[in-house]
Formats: sequence, C-alpha cells, structure tokens
Amino acid sequence: MQTSTEIAARVGEILDAHEGMEGPLLPILHAIQHAYGYVPRDSLPVIAKRLNLTRAEVHGVMSFYHDFREDPAGKHVLKLCRAEACQAMGGDRVAQHAQNRLGIEWHETTKDGQITLEPVFCLGLCACAPAALVDGKVVGRVDEARLDQIIEGVR
Amino acid sequence: MKIYVPRDAAARALGSDDIAAAITAEAAKRGMTVQIIRNGSRGMVWLEPLVEVETPEGRLAFGPMTAAEVPALLADLKNHPKALGLTDALPWMAKQTRLTFARVGVIDPLSLADYEAHGGLTGLRRALTMDSAAIVAEVTDSGLRGRGGAGFPTGIKWKTVAEAKADRKYIVCNADEGDSGTFADRMLMEGDPFTLIEGMTIAGIGTGATKGYVYLRSEYPDAIEVMTAAVEIARAAGLLGPSVLGSGKAFDMEIRTGAGAYVCGEETSLLNSLEGKRGTVRAKPPLPALQGFMGKPTVVNNVISLATVPVIFEKGAAHYKDFGLGRSRGTIPLQIAGNVKHGGLFEVAFGLTLGEIVDVIGGGTATGRPVKAVQVGGPLGAYFPRALFDTPFGYEEFGAKEGLIGHAGLVIFDDSADMLKQARFAMEFCAIESCGKCTPCRIGAVRGVETVDRIAKGDANAIPLLTDLCNTMKSGSLCALGGFTPYPVMSALNHFPDDFAPQMREAAE
Repeated sequence: MQTSTEIAARVGEILDAHEGMEGPLLPILHAIQHAYGYVPRDSLPVIAKRLNLTRAEVHGVMSFYHDFREDPAGKHVLKLCRAEACQAMGGDRVAQHAQNRLGIEWHETTKDGQITLEPVFCLGLCACAPAALVDGKVVGRVDEARLDQIIEGVR
Repeated sequence: MKIYVPRDAAARALGSDDIAAAITAEAAKRGMTVQIIRNGSRGMVWLEPLVEVETPEGRLAFGPMTAAEVPALLADLKNHPKALGLTDALPWMAKQTRLTFARVGVIDPLSLADYEAHGGLTGLRRALTMDSAAIVAEVTDSGLRGRGGAGFPTGIKWKTVAEAKADRKYIVCNADEGDSGTFADRMLMEGDPFTLIEGMTIAGIGTGATKGYVYLRSEYPDAIEVMTAAVEIARAAGLLGPSVLGSGKAFDMEIRTGAGAYVCGEETSLLNSLEGKRGTVRAKPPLPALQGFMGKPTVVNNVISLATVPVIFEKGAAHYKDFGLGRSRGTIPLQIAGNVKHGGLFEVAFGLTLGEIVDVIGGGTATGRPVKAVQVGGPLGAYFPRALFDTPFGYEEFGAKEGLIGHAGLVIFDDSADMLKQARFAMEFCAIESCGKCTPCRIGAVRGVETVDRIAKGDANAIPLLTDLCNTMKSGSLCALGGFTPYPVMSALNHFPDDFAPQMREAAE
C-alpha cells in the first residue's frame, strides 16, 4: 500500500498531464484508476485542491459512476451482461451459475482474491448473447460450459 | 492473397482473433504471402467470424469460421466446408440499402486511403464549398432525424446552433449507446470511424463550432481504441486541425470515455458528465443548442445521425430523402438481437413491418420456439406482441402503438419469457440507473419493483397501483429514463395480461 505522500506525487503527475483540458475530472479519475486499479481515497483531496472543488464534490462525482472503485478489485474482473438481449438467451441462468460456481454475489471478489464478479448493462454484443467481458476482452455466446472455461482459464 | 478477418467486437467475441492468428501461422507454414485486413463486421453476426477472401470475381465469404477450417482456406477455396459464395450476393446483403453503413465491413477501418477510395471525404469537400446556411439547409432538406431515439430533426438543431452568437461552439457526439439490443454505433465506430469524424467536421463547419467531443461508453473498449487511432490519423493527414483539408477553417476533436452510467446517454446528463460533473439531468430550457457544453451553443447528435451526414452531402439531400415512409426519411440501421436465428445489423429504408423484420429477416428465434414478444428501442421501449407485427417501422407509426423505435434495436424473446419478470426488470434497471434528480423516477422505480412483486404474489389490487405509478413517472420525470420506463412495464401488462393474472401465475408454478 502506498503512503499518502506517494499517492499525492503520482496523482500530481496525472493532474499535470490533464492541465488545460475542458472538464477534466472524468479523464483524471480514469487515469488514476488505470494507474492503481482503483481510486485511492487519499487522491480525492489532491484532485479537489487542484481543480478548485470541494472533496465532497469530487467524491460525489466518483461515487455517481459505476466504473470507479473505492477498493482494489480481484486479480481478474469478470463482467456479465444482465440486459434484456442477454436475458432472452438465458443470461440470468448463466449469471446464477457464475455466482454459485464462484461462491460470491455481484460486486464481490472470491476469497482467494482472484476473481471479481460484476454486472454490466450491455456490451453491444446483443446478437451473440449472452455476453461477457473478461479483463477487458469480449466473449460472446457464454453458456455454463463456456463460463466454466473462462473461470478455469484465468485461475 | 488478401484475406479479411473482422476486428469488430462481436467477431472478436466469437473468436476472430484466433482465426487471424491461425491464418498467419498456416500461411507461414506454407510459405505463402497473405495480407490480412482487420475490417469491420458485415453485420451478419450469426456467421461470425466471417472471413472473406478477395478474388477476381469479388469477395468470397466463409463462416462461421473455426481455426480447424483455416488450412482449407489456403488450399481449395471452392470446396471449403464454410463457403458461402460472394458476400455481396448473400440475401442479407443484397436486400439492404446501405448508405450510412456502406463502407462498414468493406474497408480497412484505419486506412484513410481506403476510405477515400470508397467515396470518403467527398461530402466534406462539397460542404467546404458551401456557406453555413447552405450546409444547414442540406441537412434539413434530407429529412434526417436524430437516430439516438428522440427523432428530432437534425437540421433544425444545427440551425439553432449556427444562428447562436457565441465565442465558442461545440459538436458533441453521443456515443453512449447503452440500450440493450443496440450496437449500430459500436459497429460504425469500429468499422468506419472516419465517417463519424467527417460528419462531425461537416457539423462543425456548418454551425461554426471548432471543437468536437465523442462521449464514448467505457463498455466499448474496441471502439475506443479504433476511434482514438482514427482521430490521430485524421489529424496527421490535415483532416482535423487548424485548417481542415487546407480550407482555412478549423475543427478538431477528442474522444472521451464514459464511466458506466446509463443515464449519460441522455443529452443533458451527458453534457454534465463531459464537464466533469455527476451525470444528473438538466431541465430544458435552456436547450443545449443554446447553452450546452460549458454553457456554450452545442450540437448534441447521435453517432448514426452524424455518420449519415457525409453520405447526404456526397449523394445530395434529395437522394437520401427519397427513401423511407411518412415523416421517417432515409434509412435506418436495424439491430436484430436477443433470441433470434439471424441476428445482426440490417440497414434499410423505413417502412418494413415488425413482422417482416422479425420473421423474415431475423428468421424467428434461435431456440426455434415461437416468438412471444419483441422489445423495440432498448430498455425504455415497449414490448410488442405478435398481434402488432403489422406495425411499419417508423417514428410516428410506433408512437401510435404506444411504443417507440428508439435507436432501432429489436430484442426478440421466445415463449419461455415471463413478461412480469421483464416488467420488474424495467423498474429495477430504472432504480439502479436513475440519476436521482426527479422523485417519480428515483423513488417510483423502487416502489415499482415492490408493486410488481406484490402482483407476482397474487395481489391483483396492486395492478391499478402499478398503472397509476407509471402515469406519475411518465408525467413527472424530466428525461426518458423515468418518463419512458412505463413503456416496457405497461406494454408487458397490457399485451400479456396472463403473465400478471394471479390464477395464471399459480398455474404456472
């Protein structure tokens, strides 16, 4: 875990890189999450000071969006689409299978820290449903067997 | 030998990267020189990965390809087990009118030379010879309406921005395509990104805006990659920058990534998000056309609206307007999805009936069971039963049947679907994604889930309560999230009452 001084230094560099941008807060939060895998709490006051916002405002923005994490995710992130096109092809059944198999609910991480399971609403793969995103890679026609393969593959 | 292997996300999700690797390996083994082009998708998702081989007769299609069938591709083309014949002669392709998607799947998405060889930049070059009023008039005359879902005339929006006086104006492309069953924006951006850049540039030149933003959802990593690369290529080629194609007129653009909030597909919420704020909805007026991004006049248009602009300028407003029906002019890229045999993207003039789209083009369900319902227009669109299959595809025509065409996505369900469950999901989704500004949406959606649960437990008294709640949400919400969630709920209730009747639910259990 990095100290708040180290975080302030790294976040400072990220803020420098976004200098002069119109509406920079989302790109900044994305860059911080890209660097750390989550948005460390200690980064919020640093951002607030530079952008002349309150900490509450920065927290308000960060917590509004599903993408930004307050805590690190597991080593791998498995996102399963829960939207209608995937439901029409048995997505709910596959999601239930994933939860049973991993022993976790949505937004949770397996005890070994390997896999975080998250819902996502539409990956635009609606004609090859059900769809998943595994560490940023798209997978289509995910049935129970395919899901088991995915889990075995990342473990 | 030139071989096309799509890099479209749907093709990749079905293994096209493995096919490309297998072709490279097999060619090396045989000592053959093979050029692999990673094109967009032709839109026949059930045939993906669809590989094409260029021949003197035209491009031959093979699919769905497996790695095991790759060696035969480099040996005996004619007798390949997955040979489909000429791509352009396949019924799915031959029956379409591809205007916006003319180049998608055909060209190398990141080759500006390929883009120009297929008619790209012709529209922009013509626009650069016209004045602002003439550019706006051309769009107005084409009859183009917002393809994001609202269907507002694009030309009128442009006119408002063009006539507004300000030191800065913006073009914002709404690429936050969050509706389930839709993927036209994604396919366009992955398959022909320069079309969007050209369309945004024409919008900038026409309205006096010098800066553009594409607000692209984070769920589309492939599209972000292609669009980002395309903007860099366009800038290096002088298509974007201080002097667009040497005209002396400036226009440049940036790709911005969303952060997983569905409501940011609503234009005012998108603008707040782009400014770095919470994606809450703004009241209108003021219109974004007058006070949009950073309080300046802003055109907010959907990807497909902007990507259709180049072909309107290339072929003329009259050519585009000739297609369609009633007040729905031109073509619409239908996205046929869910439980469907032949799913994918099919661009055609407005006016096909829902039944033709689902039964003929889509070929019915993938499971082979009867079609029970089709949700048209995303999670805020109505569920249509077979009884309404004669509805022609158009903005007003679907509105008259208490539905909407939205972004033209169609999600097909077979007879195993439980419509009460779908109504519950609509409320649940609204509760999760509500920005919180309007009480009927924020609280109403939560109460909606509870009320549907009461009906599920056999409480028939909860049915009028649900209807009443839907009316409150419809008239008491600023944007379409709270305002349109009643569409899927009420259509499920009205068209499939058996799924809500206590005695029927008991019988089913």
